[in-house]
Amino acid sequence: MKYHSPESFEDACAIAANASGTTRFLAGGTDVLVQLRADIVTPDDLIDVKKIAGVSEVAKSDDGWTIGIAVSGAEMSEHAGLHDEWPGIVEAMDLIGSTQIQGRATLVGNLCNASPAADSVPAMIAAGATVSVTGPSGIRNVAVEDIPTAPGQTSLAKDEVVSAVHLPRQVTNGGDAYLRFIPRTEMDIAVVGCGVNLVVEGDIITQARVSLGAVAPTALLVEEAAQAIIGTNLDDAALDKLAGAASAACNPINDKRGTIKFRTHVAGVLARRTAKIAYERARAA
Amino acid sequence: MSKIHVSTTVNGDETEFLCDPRETLLDVLRDRLALTGAKEGCGTGDCGACSVTMDDRLVCSCLVLGAEAEGKSINTVEGIAQGEKLDPLQEKFIEYAALQCGICTPGILMATKALLAKNPDPTETEVRYWLAGNLCRCTGYDKIIRAVMDTAADLRKAS
Repeated sequence: MKYHSPESFEDACAIAANASGTTRFLAGGTDVLVQLRADIVTPDDLIDVKKIAGVSEVAKSDDGWTIGIAVSGAEMSEHAGLHDEWPGIVEAMDLIGSTQIQGRATLVGNLCNASPAADSVPAMIAAGATVSVTGPSGIRNVAVEDIPTAPGQTSLAKDEVVSAVHLPRQVTNGGDAYLRFIPRTEMDIAVVGCGVNLVVEGDIITQARVSLGAVAPTALLVEEAAQAIIGTNLDDAALDKLAGAASAACNPINDKRGTIKFRTHVAGVLARRTAKIAYERARAA
Repeated sequence: MSKIHVSTTVNGDETEFLCDPRETLLDVLRDRLALTGAKEGCGTGDCGACSVTMDDRLVCSCLVLGAEAEGKSINTVEGIAQGEKLDPLQEKFIEYAALQCGICTPGILMATKALLAKNPDPTETEVRYWLAGNLCRCTGYDKIIRAVMDTAADLRKAS
């Protein structure tokens, strides 16, 4: 295995383009190094992206937030401004692993590991997050939901690397939330995850995005679930419709952590609870 | 295979080593720098026995490559006592017998030091969540938590 630490994304892409075997990009290493240690994936070329300028920064502008690809979960949780504006995303990221893992784990690592159960991904999708993808022909902007294509698979080409995460500015009267179900209180993988981001005018929801994790091969953006609550004040009828739409969108697997029936049911329950939190946050904003 | 030359700081001392690209920081600490305080439990970031700080951030040294230590400041359990004088947290772990086999102890000490530096007055719930990534297979958690809470109280009185 060759270890590279390029100082630009262009150089990182060039290394990846010229590599003949298995390539992995290293940010926090909480998936890549586990796979290396467990002999699941031993890269021929390991490209550490943390020496690239700006990768550890969180920047806010009028257009939105740019989160560097090496910003850890712990750094996100400590960033008061980011938590105030996007509590759902920060809380989703904070659910991943232990304190030690939080010191290293990154949003982009969580995204590109492409686990269907990645906690930060439904929260990012609900928020309308995008990523910059740097490749040989320049930088393209891609919606988060278009990165994972199947468990462990992404739409990135061999010579492409995610070079930044972009969140819009949360609008006035907007709020987001993320909840997951696990069988214990800490240190487990989502059986179902749900992210909701919505905007209210008075009591009425005017915009919404609902995303589900761990109930399909990739995280889902569920348009029917959003439509179920838009134009409502999140009354019981709207919540019932939301839960029904969320459950209907599920295409989960049976495994030791949850059956298909259980996951499908819990998706509806979590969608209700998550929407209520997002709604309260939007109304308080 | 060519080795990587790394310059780093360990417990305040500037250190250099050569390592294979696949070697973890834990391997380097134990096998090249003779700092065997950090332990390998699982080797996959689940148990916390290898916890150290890197630039004051608590990490599992089994999930950091030796090469990534370049230019960083690493602190291990060997650095927390002042010569023969144990750190107040170590004293308290002995007083409470907050260890049995001791494999998890270095990691728990490092994790607790990181917590108390950030939050001198944690609730028991906060301590339990913070230490959720440090597993004790002897299941001595109750004494560990009591030792941490009492150390925090003492440090607050002393400051």
